[in-house]
Amino acid sequence: MRATGCLGVPTLHKLPSVFMVAALLGLLPLLHSHGLQPNPMLASEAPHHYPAVVRGNEPGDFTSAPPGISEEIHPLSKHSSNHTGNGHSKPEKAFPVLGIDYTRIRIPFEISLWILLACLMKLGFHVIPSVSNIVPESCLLIVVGLLVGGLIKGVGESPPILNSEIFFLFLLPPIILDAGYFLPLRQFMENLGTILIFAVVGTLWNAFFLGGLMYAVCQIGGTGLNHIGLLANLLFGSIISAVDPVAVLAVFEEIHINELLHILVFGESLLNDAVTVVLYHLFEEFANNEQVTIIDILLGFISFFVVSLGGVFIGIIYGIVAAFTSRFTSHIRVIEPLFVFLYSYMAYLSAELFHLSGIMALIAAGVVMRPYVEANISHKSHTTIKYFLKMWSSVSETLIFIFLGVSTVAGKHYWNWTFVISTLLFCLIARVLGVLGLTWFINKFRIVKLTPKDQFIIAYGGLRGAIAFSLCYLLDYSHFNMRDMFLTAIITVIFFTVFVQGMTIRPLVDLLAVKKKQETKRSINEEIHTQFLDHLLTGIEDICGHYGHHHWKDKLNRFNKKYVKKCLIAGERSKEPQLIAFYHKMEMKQAIELVESGGIGKIPSAVSTVSMQNIHPKTLPVERILPALSKDKEEEIRKILRNNLQKTRQRLRSYNRHTLVADPYEEAWNQMLLRRQKVRQLEKKMNNYLTVPAHKVDSPTMSRARIGSDPLAYEPKPDSENLPIITIDPASPQSPESVDLVNEEMKGMSRLPPSPEEDEEGLVMRVKEPSSPGTDDVFTPGTSDSPSNQRMLRCLSDPGPRPEPEEGEPFIPKGQ
Amino acid sequence: MGSSHSMSEEIQELAEKTGFTSEQIEHLHRRFKQLSGDQPTIRNLRQESDGLADEINFEDFLTIMSYFRPIEMNMDEEQLDHFRKEKLKFLFHMYDSDHDGKITLQEYRNVVEELLSGNPHLEKESARSIADGAMMEAASICVGQMEPDQVYEGITFEDFLKIWQGIDIETKMHVRFLNMETIAQCH
Repeated sequence: MRATGCLGVPTLHKLPSVFMVAALLGLLPLLHSHGLQPNPMLASEAPHHYPAVVRGNEPGDFTSAPPGISEEIHPLSKHSSNHTGNGHSKPEKAFPVLGIDYTRIRIPFEISLWILLACLMKLGFHVIPSVSNIVPESCLLIVVGLLVGGLIKGVGESPPILNSEIFFLFLLPPIILDAGYFLPLRQFMENLGTILIFAVVGTLWNAFFLGGLMYAVCQIGGTGLNHIGLLANLLFGSIISAVDPVAVLAVFEEIHINELLHILVFGESLLNDAVTVVLYHLFEEFANNEQVTIIDILLGFISFFVVSLGGVFIGIIYGIVAAFTSRFTSHIRVIEPLFVFLYSYMAYLSAELFHLSGIMALIAAGVVMRPYVEANISHKSHTTIKYFLKMWSSVSETLIFIFLGVSTVAGKHYWNWTFVISTLLFCLIARVLGVLGLTWFINKFRIVKLTPKDQFIIAYGGLRGAIAFSLCYLLDYSHFNMRDMFLTAIITVIFFTVFVQGMTIRPLVDLLAVKKKQETKRSINEEIHTQFLDHLLTGIEDICGHYGHHHWKDKLNRFNKKYVKKCLIAGERSKEPQLIAFYHKMEMKQAIELVESGGIGKIPSAVSTVSMQNIHPKTLPVERILPALSKDKEEEIRKILRNNLQKTRQRLRSYNRHTLVADPYEEAWNQMLLRRQKVRQLEKKMNNYLTVPAHKVDSPTMSRARIGSDPLAYEPKPDSENLPIITIDPASPQSPESVDLVNEEMKGMSRLPPSPEEDEEGLVMRVKEPSSPGTDDVFTPGTSDSPSNQRMLRCLSDPGPRPEPEEGEPFIPKGQ
Repeated sequence: MGSSHSMSEEIQELAEKTGFTSEQIEHLHRRFKQLSGDQPTIRNLRQESDGLADEINFEDFLTIMSYFRPIEMNMDEEQLDHFRKEKLKFLFHMYDSDHDGKITLQEYRNVVEELLSGNPHLEKESARSIADGAMMEAASICVGQMEPDQVYEGITFEDFLKIWQGIDIETKMHVRFLNMETIAQCH
């Protein structure tokens, strides 16, 4: 157990154990109080009965952040609390200065404690790197669950079992939404046929093969098994045959396998939900009937289409509504993420309402709303959505695995060697055969064939998980009295797949040298090439007269651009082509990276020193106007930088509004100026960094005063409507940082070592909307707000073109 | 369909040269006839004669189509590499319009402008700056750190290969020739 850090090694050793102890201590009050309440054990035989399994859980507040409980406060003698809590009715009692009322807060408290336990476990695992390299997190969590369950049982209480309602309504949706919202759509669509075949045909094959074989086993299996009918076995087969998205996500995320395989297994696990739902309900219904007629089978077949397409349809509707709503949220940015979450969740619930596939609805909603919502919402909302989804799904996943462990300890088991072992065996065999057979069939139609290595990984990655467990739990005990045996078998299979397959898949991937995910950043070159290829291939397909893949994609894109985007995206962004949007995103990312990496001397190594000079030296420097940025974007970028960068001083000497030309796009002259400034600036900064005291920021008033006193400072008022006006301030902390958004400028600036306390930033001229003079570095082309104004972003470097030597460094502390 | 005797010999030759099967060649020939209106060559329909040739005959047609063949499972590493290079060379030539072996900044700009030409609202400058940014990125990938006075002439084929290293061109640049029956009538 060697911690990787250099400091505090002894503390790091103890940390996980401290966590464990703390968490477990916190559970003790639960146990004691629980003893005084009626004992809610196996919850959901009829799900509407006693609500409890997770300790008297009500459909609670899933998002409650774990309160900062210091568990040591709860003394072991808490059990008397519940008695005294209600003791206020007694007369003649001295006024209780300090009272304890546990029952009032019990339910949220317990929920929070469980979630806190889950989070602490996650924390703990990463402190012990050696273990987490070998064992995937899901296994560790199940072990923890087993321990906790054992502990609770050991104290004499009955540990809670994973309530199926809680699971399906609260724990599963965040994971699926996270997966669906961030689904890599391009790969998914390219492989959609393969994924569908695996999901539908593969699951059907698994279910029937397993069910049939188990029936045979039951018939032969001697006493104790003979009474299990064919339908019951088929039901069992259909429950256990579905690959589980939660388990797949948990394991595959850590092995970083190449995108194709990842999307195949993961897509399969998502889409087989429809099949599972249909089969489950079908067999559950039929188990009561004695006879299954053709009509029933036909209805089942139809119901499959209804369930899956209906789910997708509901998801699409909600997605469109969400996109449409997001179009109008430009004034209330704060609640934007909430719309995304709420609409998606309602899509899930609506689908569940009609017994349609909730997972497919959720995925469809996420996929449909994402491009439009992202075009509409602010950058911060985007980050919020991303992090909330990741957070929720992470916590959910942890809780699910822990509860799986606890439920194993808690549940009633019925171990039958024949049944369990044959289930396990046939599960594996069915999976392998299914994958092999389907791949042989699919490879006839695929361009990029699936190699045997791929097939192996796909077969090996068919993990079962908590969905199977919960589905089995939902079975009505009166109709299926062998439910405990089913449960035992399912848990065994789950454990086997998660532990054995989960642990060994990583070394196997390395052993077989399966292609891993390429960690390349998306570059603008790649984007250009990909788009170019798309066009090229569409053209070639047209020449061949072949209505292929690209043809339809192109048609869809055109439709999208022409009609849909206009409705669902607000403002001018609806006309923005994809390449431009991509470019903006990249610029944004670079701006943020620049800010974040602006530590002392920390120049990002990825920054290259290539600049315009290098690629276009012969002709006059071309204009480097940036792509048109909408006002919102500018505002955002400005805000980001304002909050993070410090201002620098500007020298205003040789800028004179009269030297500016009316048309800002002819900036050959400016460009040269820029070049000179930059070089000089660089030199100056290098010197200053070594010699100058910290640059003190001054107050707005001081800066304004400085402007006033500076003979060459500008008046912000335009003197003519036509001439562009530069209003430049010496840096003041209030003035929004303008940013040079062109790549090379950023790279240029990042070369500048920042002053000890602050970052220096190049002056940029930005298009200014009317704002008070003296507070902005702006470049105001008249007061009109025509569209052309918005495109004038000019990058100039730092203090004026002719820094005065006698004034010394730009870092003279002022305003003291 | 003409004298079948000489045709089959021709087909054999073409099959060897381009790697198509004779069936595929026949299908493509039919398509070629549709497009060319039964003439032996297809004329260049664009107003400006950008391309090098005004007309292409069937052999050229086939050669170009052969670049878009999908890869086969039984190819070994060397064949695969060769195949990949061929495809990339074709793409390279599409970018490099004056065929001097380098993609210069101006050519790249043209490409981006054409890509974005579908959108009439766009300013030329946006396209330009994207192209500039892309070019700089390419330069930094290919050459790494550059001094301010070094000049990067243009993207050569080797650099092009480097840029495309992460992307599997052989899986992307293909058209399905398998279902040739779906060839629709020329409209």
